[in-house]
Amino acid sequence: MGLFDKFKQGLTKTKQLLNTDIRDLFKAEGRLVDEAFLDELFEALIKTDMGVQAAQETVEEIRTAFRARVVQMQEVVERIKEKLKTLMQQPAAPIDFAASGPTVIMVAGVNGCGKTTSIAKLGRMFLADGKRVVLGAADTFRAAAVEQLTIWAGRLGAEIVTGPRGSDPASVAHRTVAKALEIGADVCIVDTAGRLQTQQGLMQQLTKIHRVLGKQIPEAPHEVLLVLDATTGQNGISQAKHFTDAVRCTGIVLAKLDGTAKGGVVVAIRQQVGLPVKYIGVGEKAEDLALFEPVPFVDALFDDVALA
Amino acid sequence: MREGLELVQRALLEADVSFSVSKEFMARVTDQATGERVMKSLDPSQQLVAIVHQELIALMGPVDHSLHLKGGLTTVMLCGLQGSGKTTTCGKLGRTIQQRGRKPMLVAADLQRPAAINQLQVLGEQLDLPVYADLSAKDPVKLCHAAVRQARGTGVDVLILDTAGRLHVDAELMAQLAQIDNRVQPEQVYLVVDAMTGQDAVNSAKVFNEALELDGVIMTKLDGDARGGAALSVKAVTGVPIKFVGTGEHLDALEEFHPDRMAGRILGMGDVLTLVEKAQQEFDQEEMQKQEARLRKGEFTLDDFKKMLGQTTKLGPINKLMGMIPGMSGMADMVGDLDAEKDMRRLVGVIDAMTPEERRNPSKVIDQSRRRRIAAGAGVEPHEVNELVKQFDGIADIMKRMSGMGIRDRMRMMKEISEGGMLHPGAQIARQKGSTGKRLTPRERANLKKQREKEIRRKKRETKRNRKK
Repeated sequence: MGLFDKFKQGLTKTKQLLNTDIRDLFKAEGRLVDEAFLDELFEALIKTDMGVQAAQETVEEIRTAFRARVVQMQEVVERIKEKLKTLMQQPAAPIDFAASGPTVIMVAGVNGCGKTTSIAKLGRMFLADGKRVVLGAADTFRAAAVEQLTIWAGRLGAEIVTGPRGSDPASVAHRTVAKALEIGADVCIVDTAGRLQTQQGLMQQLTKIHRVLGKQIPEAPHEVLLVLDATTGQNGISQAKHFTDAVRCTGIVLAKLDGTAKGGVVVAIRQQVGLPVKYIGVGEKAEDLALFEPVPFVDALFDDVALA
Repeated sequence: MREGLELVQRALLEADVSFSVSKEFMARVTDQATGERVMKSLDPSQQLVAIVHQELIALMGPVDHSLHLKGGLTTVMLCGLQGSGKTTTCGKLGRTIQQRGRKPMLVAADLQRPAAINQLQVLGEQLDLPVYADLSAKDPVKLCHAAVRQARGTGVDVLILDTAGRLHVDAELMAQLAQIDNRVQPEQVYLVVDAMTGQDAVNSAKVFNEALELDGVIMTKLDGDARGGAALSVKAVTGVPIKFVGTGEHLDALEEFHPDRMAGRILGMGDVLTLVEKAQQEFDQEEMQKQEARLRKGEFTLDDFKKMLGQTTKLGPINKLMGMIPGMSGMADMVGDLDAEKDMRRLVGVIDAMTPEERRNPSKVIDQSRRRRIAAGAGVEPHEVNELVKQFDGIADIMKRMSGMGIRDRMRMMKEISEGGMLHPGAQIARQKGSTGKRLTPRERANLKKQREKEIRRKKRETKRNRKK
């Protein structure tokens, strides 16, 4: 199964709901665009978690373009798709690999968003590309977080650097980079403890880890990935803002997209914080990670509508 | 009124209340808000806020914090999506039950996630609670059943099952959960919900409720800045009470759920409403009215400032007050370092050392010698008097600007101010600079001078002429 299919599969649930709604909207071909129509459209958009602002803007655009006209569904859908695609556009290469030496990737996020699992998936992907991978278990706070990553490292066959529970995470991060340099690894992924973006002390600790990663390799970390739970609502925006302030995030891994949640908050995040989505998580297994592609992402959402 | 209703709906949607739930809710509020009660009331916008607040509380109530622990063995099962916080909540709940004098045992029934069993064992060690775990087990249904059998033999009287996180669309795993439910027959089944959940909260809660008949909900991660609209959605679709809320990573951070606080939070006012209520009780009503009248005229003196300070101190320790506002609890510690109350007493001392005239118009009247006198009288350094006057200027300016505003604009402004202040704790409230008018070129200035002189000469001539007559 190609990446594209996997991507589509992950989105099927998401797609179904939005598609039904849209199809409901356009039951009779050529419906009049009135307030009721726009309200229904607004509801469908809100249900994607894209946020009030993005939904309102989209509705406004449709209002100005189609108000009081009888429309073909194709027209409106194309219009929305176009808008979302422009919004979600981004460079093609997800990871900015270092020219020489190990590429350091730092992973951060709130509690329970799926950081450790995402790291395992990223690790597997790099290993599959024939790269040598070192994992750093810098979540020294949560009970058994180190064990969780160690189990993954064993399953994948990756090197791992750990520290005792309660020890300084920055020191684990430092040793991870040292290990990567020592064994000549290609990629080094550093896990961090989950933290809510409002916990100032913990956010400062994260900034410290970020700083320490750059001690041995000045450009490191090359990537800072924020893991975002696809079920997250509007709080995702606050997460993106605060984590970017603390550690200059370079992209998002949208985890748990295999449920019915739409993860539409990334639209609002893109709009307000500018952070692009790089990967999506579509299952619990190590291979359930796919590249985020805006065009199929948006197309998959409206696939059936466009064909009907 | 319609604008107000739109604002409320927007607030609900931004708080992640599900669209359908918010729509029903708005319909109910609109009914009430357009009724006679509001038309007659003095301030419709305040009345609207009150209605919305009441309705939110009604929807999220009634409160039932009881765990319904029986005399014999009680089994509590926790379930939810991945990463919602089940294992941590399991530990917290164990601690709460232990404190009530019962003997709980935690059951590690999450055989899915790597090291989940280990995590629960560590928590059990920290809390000094027994943990039932079987590293070789493959079937959580059998494991839970075995745990119950073991519990009967020992002195354990409460079992807490920590099940694996699962997606509500995973039919196989949902069936497995139903099997555990059938086999073990837990007295209480709780759904653990992440407070940050968006529109999807209704979908998952509904499926879990259909599969298991939930008895309650525990909402986690409420220590962040999520507005927690999911609480409303979940309560609306399941109809079961929200029992507890998780407010931190530490094992003592589990609190009973209070719908009134949650209502304020969802509306984006944090516990500001609680604060307002508290303030209302404490404030001297008459004094308020006097001040309000003065405010309307745009008058604001150091005496008013002093009264404001006095009333704020009456509310209680400022640290606690700050702690009640979500997102500002971090600030409370910072304020603690600054010792706000001591500062306030100093400010009051400085104001007391001033003459009435100085209090009315401090920035104009107070010169160097007066400043020295006031400082000596209050026992502070002269520069502190200056700082007070500067701060007062800033606040007075805001008060004047606010005097012309309605309640909503005021609220918005207060929000802006507090946000600005929160971002830069050291920052002072800056005074907005007034216009200095147009800058004139030298030539224009010369022209104006000429005109002025001409006018003066004309007036002189006129007075001369008048005298002659």
